[in-house]
Amino acid sequence: MNSVAIVKEVIISNGIVLINNQEFFSDDSVEEDSFLKLLYKKLELKYSKFYKMDVLSKLGFLSVELLLNGERIKTESGETAIVFANRSSSLYTDIEYQKSIDEIPSPSVFVYTLPNIVIGEICIRHKFYGENMFFVQEKYDKKFLINYVSTLFRTTETKNAIVGWLEVDVDGNYNAEIMLCKKI
Amino acid sequence: MSELKEALKEQIIQQLNLEDFEPGDIKDNDLLFGNEGLALDSIDALEIIVLLEKEYGIKISDPKQGKEIMTSIQTLADFIESNK
Repeated sequence: MNSVAIVKEVIISNGIVLINNQEFFSDDSVEEDSFLKLLYKKLELKYSKFYKMDVLSKLGFLSVELLLNGERIKTESGETAIVFANRSSSLYTDIEYQKSIDEIPSPSVFVYTLPNIVIGEICIRHKFYGENMFFVQEKYDKKFLINYVSTLFRTTETKNAIVGWLEVDVDGNYNAEIMLCKKI
Repeated sequence: MSELKEALKEQIIQQLNLEDFEPGDIKDNDLLFGNEGLALDSIDALEIIVLLEKEYGIKISDPKQGKEIMTSIQTLADFIESNK
């Protein structure tokens, strides 16, 4: 457990973005997906695939953009692991896909009907080839996740880990609490 | 034909969530796939197949045809016109 240092934290929840507990951006006038699009524009990102992502992937993508901004993390290597957890898996998108089955099933919605797709999106964006895991748990268990990362640091080539809670519930309410951990 | 092409541009932007694009950004002969033009991917190709069936009642029966049909807005419009 002593081998893990938390160097940065990002929270995105109900129209507020916090970086290391300092408010970075807020807007409570728009709903979940629109808020994430607003944040994307504020960050002046150019990644056209963003708009195709489901809410969980948009949430993870933006959280990690904020988390890694200004950080020196080696890409095209297996040094960075991604370990996430949530309660609702991909249920919000699963329901959207189920609705599309009534007409013609949507292939682009179907591809997001697994929670770990968000990890794939982040790995593609940042060229990370490291360890990854997505736990589905009743509630955010930070200690459990850090313990898991500690094991990765001890037993694999992992030197950095993007870790935390990434939840979109059945009503589309979202909450991201992620941190950048480094091996010490 | 030009109305059909404009409609196709709007439908593709909506169906494929291409929110960075306006219909005016897409030229009739721009490549839809590959590194140039819209740079669509394989999932987008499936969405275009769904769009053709939903909006125009047309099914692509031979998968080999798909590549030629989905080259550009122009080739898509030609295909729709010839299958009306």
